[in-house]
Amino acid sequence: MRYTFDFGAVLDRAPELLWGSLGTVGLALAGMLLALVIGILGVVARSSKSEITRAAVIVFVEVVRNTPFLVQIFFIYFALPLMGIRLNPTVTAIIALGINGGAYAIEIIRGGIESVSRGQIEAGFALGLHKADVFRLIVLKPALRAIYPSLTSQFIMLTLTTSVCTSIAAYELTSAAQRIESDTFRSFEVYFTVTAIYLVISSLMMGLFALISRHYFNYPTR
Amino acid sequence: MGPIGEDQFFFLMQGLKWTVLLAIVGFIGGGIFGILIALLRTSKNKVARTITAGYIGVFQGTPLLMQLFVVYYGVALLGIDVNAWIAVAVAFTLHASAFLGEIWRGSIEAVPKGQTEAANALGLHYVSRMKDVILPQALKISLPATIGFLVQLTKGTSLAAIVGFIELTRAGQIISNQTYRPLLVFGIVGAIYFIICWPLSHAGSRLEKRMAKAAR
Repeated sequence: MRYTFDFGAVLDRAPELLWGSLGTVGLALAGMLLALVIGILGVVARSSKSEITRAAVIVFVEVVRNTPFLVQIFFIYFALPLMGIRLNPTVTAIIALGINGGAYAIEIIRGGIESVSRGQIEAGFALGLHKADVFRLIVLKPALRAIYPSLTSQFIMLTLTTSVCTSIAAYELTSAAQRIESDTFRSFEVYFTVTAIYLVISSLMMGLFALISRHYFNYPTR
Repeated sequence: MGPIGEDQFFFLMQGLKWTVLLAIVGFIGGGIFGILIALLRTSKNKVARTITAGYIGVFQGTPLLMQLFVVYYGVALLGIDVNAWIAVAVAFTLHASAFLGEIWRGSIEAVPKGQTEAANALGLHYVSRMKDVILPQALKISLPATIGFLVQLTKGTSLAAIVGFIELTRAGQIISNQTYRPLLVFGIVGAIYFIICWPLSHAGSRLEKRMAKAAR
C-alpha cells in the first residue's frame, strides 16, 4: 500500500491551529497560576497547628500524585455540577490543571523552604534585620532559587498535560486537532503537525524560564 | 441510575489487567531501549550523543497523548495490519525509553569519575567496564527516579483510553455511561490507580531518603 501525505489539508486550517495554540498557552498559564496559589496555601496549611489540616494536605498531595490526571479531570467535570457549580469546560480544565499542579507545587515549595537552614535565619535576626526582611531576603529569595528548576519543569509538564483536557472538550490545541481530523481524515498529518507545535511551545517556554532564571537568580552564593 | 454490581466490577478488573500489562510492557521495552539510549547519550561519539539528545528532547517536549496519536496512526500508515494493543504498546515503549534513557544518563554521569579511571587502569575494555563497574553503581543511584517514572508510566497508560483502547479508565468511562454514576465509578477507578501507585511512590521516596542519609 502506498500512502501519499497531504499536509495541505492540515495547513488550510492554520488559523484554527493558531487559535488552539493560544488556547493551550492560556490554559497552561492559568493552570500554573492556580497551581502556584494552591501550592503556597498548601504549604502554609501543612505547617498549621491543627493536626487535621496537616493531615488533609498530606492526603490531598498523595491522592493527586498517585492517580492519573485523566481520572481527576473526569471526576471534577462530573462533581462540579452536582455541587451546583456550572462552568464551561475550559474553566473546569483550568481548575483540574491547578489542582493537579498544585499538589506537585506543595511538595516542591516545601522542599525549598526546608532547604534554608535555621542558622541563616538566626543570623539574619542577629544582624538586626526586621522579620519581614529576614523572610524576603533570607528565606524567600534563596528558597525561590532552590525550587525554580523543579517548579518550572513541573510547569512544562503541566503545559503538556493540557492536551488531556480535550477529553472534556476544553478549548485548546488537541481538541482543535481532533476537529480537523474528523473533517479531513488526515489523522497522521494532523497529529504530526500538532506534535511539532507542542514542541515549539514547550521549547519557547523552557527558553523563557531559563532567561528569567539568568536574570533574577544570577547572584553569587558563596 | 444503574447499580454497580458484579458484572461492572468484573469489567473494571478486565480493564485493570490491560493497564497493568501496558505499564509492564512499556517499562520492560522502555528499559531495554532506554539503556541503549543512556549508553549512546554518554558515549564518546558526538553524532550518537546528538541524536539521542534530540530523541529525548522530542519525547520530553511533547504531550504523551500526541505521541500516542502519532504512533497509533503512523503504524497504520506503514501498511502493516497491527491491532490497537500493539500500536499503543509501541508508543509507550518509545515514550518510556526516552525518559528512562535520560534518567539513566544522569545516574551514569553521577558515578564518580575515579571509577572509570580505575577500570581503565585495570585494563578493562568498554563492555566489561560498563557491565561490571559503572552500570551496577548507576542502577543503584537511579532507583528512586526509576520507580518514580514507573508511577508516571502507570498513570500515563490511562491516556490510551482517549485513543479508544479499553484499559481501566476507558472501562470506567463505559460503565459510567451505562450506570450514570460518574462520581462513584471514577472514585473507584481512581482508588484502584492509587492502590497500585501509592506503594511504589512510597517505596521510591523512602529509598531516596535513605540514600540521601547515606551520602551525608
